[in-house]
Amino acid sequence: MNNQGVSILVVDDEFSVRDSLYNWFKTEGYRVDTAENGMEALKKLQESLWDIVLVDIKMPKMDGMELQRHIKKIDNSIIVIVITAYATVDTAVEAMKEGAFDYLSKPVDPDKLSILIRNAVNQRRLMVENIQLRQKVEELSLQDEVAGESPQIKKILEMIDTVAKTDATVMIRGESGTGKELVAQAIHGKSNRRYFPIISINCGAFPEGLLESELFGHEKGAFTGAQYKRKGKLEMANGGTIFFDEIGNITMKMQMDLLRVIETKQFTPLGSNKEVNVDFRIIAATNTDLEKKVAEKDFREDLYYRLNVFSIQIPPLRERTQDIPLIAHYFLGKYARSMNKDVTDISPEAMKMLTQYNWPGNIRELRNTIERALVVVGKKNRIESEDLNLLFVSKANPPGNSLEEMERAHIQRILEQSDWNISRSAETLKIDRVTLYNKIKKYGLQR
Amino acid sequence: MSYLDIVPIGEVDEALLLFLRKSLYQIFKIQSRIRNSRFDLSRVYDPVRNQYNSSGLLLQLISDTPSDTFKILGVTELDLFIPIFTFLFGEAQLNGMGALVSTHRLHNQFYGIPEDKELLKNRLLKEGIHELGHTFGLIHCFTLKCVMNSSTYVEEIDQKSIDFCRLCEQNIIHSRSKKNLIDIGPF
Repeated sequence: MNNQGVSILVVDDEFSVRDSLYNWFKTEGYRVDTAENGMEALKKLQESLWDIVLVDIKMPKMDGMELQRHIKKIDNSIIVIVITAYATVDTAVEAMKEGAFDYLSKPVDPDKLSILIRNAVNQRRLMVENIQLRQKVEELSLQDEVAGESPQIKKILEMIDTVAKTDATVMIRGESGTGKELVAQAIHGKSNRRYFPIISINCGAFPEGLLESELFGHEKGAFTGAQYKRKGKLEMANGGTIFFDEIGNITMKMQMDLLRVIETKQFTPLGSNKEVNVDFRIIAATNTDLEKKVAEKDFREDLYYRLNVFSIQIPPLRERTQDIPLIAHYFLGKYARSMNKDVTDISPEAMKMLTQYNWPGNIRELRNTIERALVVVGKKNRIESEDLNLLFVSKANPPGNSLEEMERAHIQRILEQSDWNISRSAETLKIDRVTLYNKIKKYGLQR
Repeated sequence: MSYLDIVPIGEVDEALLLFLRKSLYQIFKIQSRIRNSRFDLSRVYDPVRNQYNSSGLLLQLISDTPSDTFKILGVTELDLFIPIFTFLFGEAQLNGMGALVSTHRLHNQFYGIPEDKELLKNRLLKEGIHELGHTFGLIHCFTLKCVMNSSTYVEEIDQKSIDFCRLCEQNIIHSRSKKNLIDIGPF
């Protein structure tokens, strides 16, 4: 540890004070300069960065209080220490209320100055470190993986921005793999709670007893196997956000317990007799029809309304095919970097296949497809359709539920069965060749 | 030949001065001598604080120095201050010629405990080396045992040694070689 790199500006109209403090700080190894009045100090503050400014309270023209206000406007993180005579201690206290770090009464005990400056340097280092970490968190949390240019996704991004600024409970709906957790993370990352954790819990992954212990935590010996005290996810999310995935899968008893926690922001860990107070924001997600569950009395109506304050519906990928190229390139860049591969593009044929595919597994499936394609791409620098073909052949490709989707998939299958013999396919489909050609064109089918 | 002048300011125990001359020669390997000089103490005395302005005294110390003087260490029993501080153990010109130490607050008696002459000599030597270290351009050192470690109360002087740490030692050798002082020995 050394003082080099720490800069101190001494502002005092008395030469002897400036001179003695200058010499003192110089021998301590600080970068030090002096100013004899507020105007000179402000000029020096604008010319370079200062960590600590020692300001005399009583100076002609601009007094120390006024100078301090200017300093805080320039950079609120600069540590200001006011210097005062005994007669002006009240003013020094006033300066501290306005943000001064501490004050020194003239004459100063050398030991006191030494400790005070050491504390100020530590405080300044923590502040700078804090600012840097916050910037880092912001950079990380704003890695916008909710990508797309379709009107649907643009609307979702707007909704994220709107709701992130509030503390409202959010319900995210969407098919499996549409990116519900990403939306939850984006909301958290843009909220005022972003410096605290976002804790996810998949409600569908735990049997009832375990989910209870997972959420509320437990004391040592609360149940067989509870060898240690453990914090629950609700407590871990204190100050931040808790994300309940698959909320539609929790039991009635759990629904009741959860409702109580949401209403009181209090809970009792298993085996404990002490209530724990928590402060968190709730984001829930489901791909089940909660309204139907409510109607069938499988989901508490009061909990439903508590959770469904602000609802975001994420469309399946097949309903926003125009986003597929952007998302595919996003995953291409991401996985090519992580696999250290020089693959920079997707061929037009391959992209056509990607946009025509039904994507029942939504973005998760697209991500896996690109990741796998990068594994099989070999030394080529772009993904070709055959890199995807392997995947297409190896998996079921169930069509959507609409008549058009069924028709498209059926024609594709018949064409492949006949090795794209148009006459034989038309015969099998009981349509004429012209109609088949029109259908192939309409659905953009190709071998 | 260049000398390290040890200059008493006011009444100073001669035994202390002789001890300093011998010890400082062993430390710095510079010929040391005790030289008397005249000071106008009334110009640096503050009747309100009943203390003497250290910076003013240092200015008097370095004025009118013989041409063969390389460094000067002023030694005084007077209680020193600079306007911003309540007191000082000593003061020096960073990278300059002059340094000043006061024994006033180095005496055990000052703190209401029995006098210990050996301890006083030890403290005076450490502060003398420390202030002279500043004249060689050394700043305060974070190594606790190094003589250049800052001391703002007397117990801190007792905690450090009379030796420079390796880094300060290298810096002082570098500083002296730059000034073409031939007589460079180990510290």
